[in-house]
Amino acid sequence: MPEIRVTPLGAGQDVGRSCILVSIAGKNVMLDCGMHMGFNDDRRFPDFSYITQNGRLTDFLDCVIISHFHLDHCGALPYFSEMVGYDGPIYMTHPTQAICPILLEDYRKIAVDKKGEANFFTSQMIKDCMKKVVAVHLHQTVQVDDELEIKAYYAGHVLGAAMFQIKVGSESVVYTGDYNMTPDRHLGAAWIDKCRPNLLITESTYATTIRDSKRCRERDFLKKVHETVERGGKVLIPVFALGRAQELCILLETFWERMNLKVPIYFSTGLTEKANHYYKLFIPWTNQKIRKTFVQRNMFEFKHIKAFDRAFADNPGPMVVFATPGMLHAGQSLQIFRKWAGNEKNMVIMPGYCVQGTVGHKILSGQRKLEMEGRQVLEVKMQVEYMSFSAHADAKGIMQLVGQAEPESVLLVHGEAKKMEFLKQKIEQELRRQLAWAACTETPQHPCRHLAGAAEAGDGLLPEAKKPRLLHGTLIMKDSNFRLVSSEQALKELGLAEHQLRFTCRVHLHDTRKEQETALRVYSHLKSILKDHCVQHLPDGSVTVESILIQAAAPSEDPGTKVLLVSWTYQDEELGSFLTSLLKKGLPQALS
Amino acid sequence: MCKTELIDLSTVDVILISNYHCMMALPYITEHTGFTGTVYATEPTVQIGRLLMEELVNFIERVPKAQSASLWKNKDIQRLLPSPLKDAVEVSTWRRCYTMQEVNSALSKIQLVGYSQKIELFGAVQVTPLSSGYALGSSNWIIQSHYEKVSYVSGSSLLTTHPQPMDQASLKNSDVLVLTGLTQIPTANPDGMVGEFCSNLALTVRNGGNVLVPCYPSGVIYDLLECLYQYIDSAGLSSVPLYFISPVANSSLEFSQIFAEWLCHNKQSKVYLPEPPFPHAELIQTNKLKHYPSIHGDFSNDFRQPCVVFTGHPSLRFGDVVHFMELWGKSSLNTVIFTEPDFSYLEALAPYQPLAMKCIYCPIDTRLNFIQVSKLLKEVQPLHVVCPEQYTQPPPAQSHRMDLMIDCQPPAMSYRRAEVLALPFKRRYEKIEIMPELADSLVPMEIKPGISLATVSAVLHTKDNKHLLQPPPRPAQPTSGKKRKRVSDDVPDCKVLKPLLSGSIPVEQFVQTLEKHGFSDIKVEDTAKGHIVLLQEAETLIQIEEDSTHIICDNDEMLRVRLRDLVLKFLQKF
Repeated sequence: MPEIRVTPLGAGQDVGRSCILVSIAGKNVMLDCGMHMGFNDDRRFPDFSYITQNGRLTDFLDCVIISHFHLDHCGALPYFSEMVGYDGPIYMTHPTQAICPILLEDYRKIAVDKKGEANFFTSQMIKDCMKKVVAVHLHQTVQVDDELEIKAYYAGHVLGAAMFQIKVGSESVVYTGDYNMTPDRHLGAAWIDKCRPNLLITESTYATTIRDSKRCRERDFLKKVHETVERGGKVLIPVFALGRAQELCILLETFWERMNLKVPIYFSTGLTEKANHYYKLFIPWTNQKIRKTFVQRNMFEFKHIKAFDRAFADNPGPMVVFATPGMLHAGQSLQIFRKWAGNEKNMVIMPGYCVQGTVGHKILSGQRKLEMEGRQVLEVKMQVEYMSFSAHADAKGIMQLVGQAEPESVLLVHGEAKKMEFLKQKIEQELRRQLAWAACTETPQHPCRHLAGAAEAGDGLLPEAKKPRLLHGTLIMKDSNFRLVSSEQALKELGLAEHQLRFTCRVHLHDTRKEQETALRVYSHLKSILKDHCVQHLPDGSVTVESILIQAAAPSEDPGTKVLLVSWTYQDEELGSFLTSLLKKGLPQALS
Repeated sequence: MCKTELIDLSTVDVILISNYHCMMALPYITEHTGFTGTVYATEPTVQIGRLLMEELVNFIERVPKAQSASLWKNKDIQRLLPSPLKDAVEVSTWRRCYTMQEVNSALSKIQLVGYSQKIELFGAVQVTPLSSGYALGSSNWIIQSHYEKVSYVSGSSLLTTHPQPMDQASLKNSDVLVLTGLTQIPTANPDGMVGEFCSNLALTVRNGGNVLVPCYPSGVIYDLLECLYQYIDSAGLSSVPLYFISPVANSSLEFSQIFAEWLCHNKQSKVYLPEPPFPHAELIQTNKLKHYPSIHGDFSNDFRQPCVVFTGHPSLRFGDVVHFMELWGKSSLNTVIFTEPDFSYLEALAPYQPLAMKCIYCPIDTRLNFIQVSKLLKEVQPLHVVCPEQYTQPPPAQSHRMDLMIDCQPPAMSYRRAEVLALPFKRRYEKIEIMPELADSLVPMEIKPGISLATVSAVLHTKDNKHLLQPPPRPAQPTSGKKRKRVSDDVPDCKVLKPLLSGSIPVEQFVQTLEKHGFSDIKVEDTAKGHIVLLQEAETLIQIEEDSTHIICDNDEMLRVRLRDLVLKFLQKF
């Protein structure tokens, strides 16, 4: 019996380094290949030894699927394909394919050039890795091989993010990656059809939150930024170059225009201009409103937002700076943070989730004395704000998606253990779905309804009525080809003759009348009892019930007895034997 | 326009759109016929189709008519009118152009699909759009069940222009391939035509004349602009302005840049840099190409001559092109270059005669020609080809050109306007799923090497056109006889089917078996076709022939069943 096995190699009950191995009907698919940004050692990458202990990755895996370009979903890809060694296909959407190598290179630079890490992948490895990528369109059914097919659905979250359906025969799994169910300022909401997978693997980053309305959060954000710059403070917003950054820029841009503010807004350079270009060229992946108006006005050309120079950080007076990366773990955002942290007038707004171990996570959890490299201690006096802008589905959104796809069971990953437990109960209560959840390298198994095989039904067996009906036929099995045909057809195809088995029983009756009259009496008797059957009186004097023939004869020796010859074939045995026993009881006395 | 009397459009379930040129009549169907089905098309098809319709509506609405004549449509009057009016068919069905509201409403009913997306229709068939290589988002369609496949190939191109290349591999193994939308100009080579276009354009402009290119606002114009981008600098024409005038000019140029996923590989990879896929972005940036919604407004201020103007409508009957024909027609310095193949250029020019301006006809039609068709058919090998009648014979004007027709084996089946054609295949098989419990209960037996049989008695459930075989219900337990049973309650359900039998009965062994089971007094008689076995004591007769056995006995059920089982031992069940 085929079954679905899920092995989280990275994110089980943990955010960061998403990497899940799914075995479905003999096919092995790896979903995402992320890294954990909170670690600097081996724990940074998923545990591929689970696979490699049995041989090469390429031999074991049928394909790899990357859901979107965030590093916690694709950061380990060059390590995986070039350093561990994988040569099979890697599937991702076009925008992901375009943006992912840039982010990888960016991260590589920080890791190797700034931190001087050894044993990290090289630029060439990123290029070689990307050569193995096959781009997929939304809703395109990609035939990985004869049996395995995958299909991408829109996931929102970031440009090009997709959910994937993995299907082998009648078994299917849907993997959501990260997604959001409410459209935001530049992306649409995730959507999936009622594909009824056996298993839905969904992220659960915001498993417990039901976030307040989007508008409130936006107003909150603008108010905090505005108050800070009004009192002369500086605002630092650590972001990833693509995604949230664009949404927040659109938000500030329109606010600045409306309020006629002159305080400068900067965006750390390099990636950003390029990023906006990508957004423009991939307009079909953005939300309805931007798609409709892009001809008149490109939402990603900002008037108030200028490129940032490192020297600006020391300028006096208020300013707002978007700087990468988003979790304050390295690079420009961390540099600026160190400069501004000591002043209580300043503010840092963390607009997204921070993984454990990063500076972002530490300050959000209330830590105000940070140990930096070289045993230096940094005292944080600036205000620290967290704004949940990160486009993940909240509990309500997850439930919504489960409702859309109607899976047989749900598996929660990419979240924290406690939160997942809460959501698990909620889904089980409200949606009555069987639920499983996973920690790293646990292998929950999913028994599901299996269909033993499929057969073809040929001529004459095709149903006309929609009612269930009893069907009899012969299954011809040749190699792995199954065909269900009528028995006559099967005999014919195999060149066999039918052997007819017929029974004729003699039933003795006391009846002095003539044979013809006896037959007529038999006819009316049977007609009155067998209402659902076709009873006929033929011109030659015989009676038929369906295909059963009844003839009356008078044995010469005894005029008081008539013999009924009841004749039927093996196929009509039930009815035939019923009729003989019925007639044996005799005929009712005629009224006349 | 679609002919609609033949079918009741309210009974149509699905419309599949091949490319944006093939959807111009859509509002007539979705808005006025009671059609409630689904329309499927790709996103570029819908977006650019919208632009084409928008331009059409805009052109028509610019010249409102206070009244419209209809009396001429009377057949007696119509036949007296000059050609082409007197030859027009079905003039009574001609309709006014739709409005933008109708366009928007029609387009809102379209369901967007992507290439290679499998779309289930009522569980009965699956349709899939494939890239056809002709235009942005243009598709061929596969309509298939599990065992039959029909391909609809309409408007395909094997040339490398801007769209994604044609997907030929997926068309293989078709039972029927419906082939239409071939090139209108089978004798013209598109590459040569582009060369001629450029050289004529350069010649005119160098002599101080203007060039007019009547065209649609999307499609070949992208390729022409790309050619000019490469050509104008080398030809020393970089100072000559290119004007693109259409109510949708800006949108068309912008939209072309955002459909990278639907473009050929070269253009697609530009987006990864990130750069706009079409070089007309650079032409616009450097002010070499300017676009205007109409000749009024900004255009009149910027207008410089000599220049090149791209504008519609290619029929020369409406749109801004009319203005330029009148403006430039009197000077032999100017040139009009026809590139769109949809209209006869002589007919288009007729009302403007006499004309001093030069006319160049270089139609660029990238769709399949007959050589490419025969190559394609060899490649995908459909069992049957179905096509419009005109493709099965040479064009009337070139009746000696036997190479200008579809030549395939078996010969293509042809159809005509308003004709119903039955496709030459029958659905014989359906996919059925077998529940594991039932599968477990099957007992296969090997009949021939490699071939096994199992008889199946099961309940067939059909839901949403999907079939599922489940184990038959267990016979109901006899009810504890509280109520007096009526005789008719016992009538067996004749739907319980018994298998067919096959094989033959060797008489000697059969008799031995009878003896072993306690029958004595057995007599065997030979007959013409077989044997008769007599059980004298039981007054029973068993006729055994090659293909039949007949048991004739008294009404003794026990005996009959015993004999039956002994006979069945020698036979196979199916």
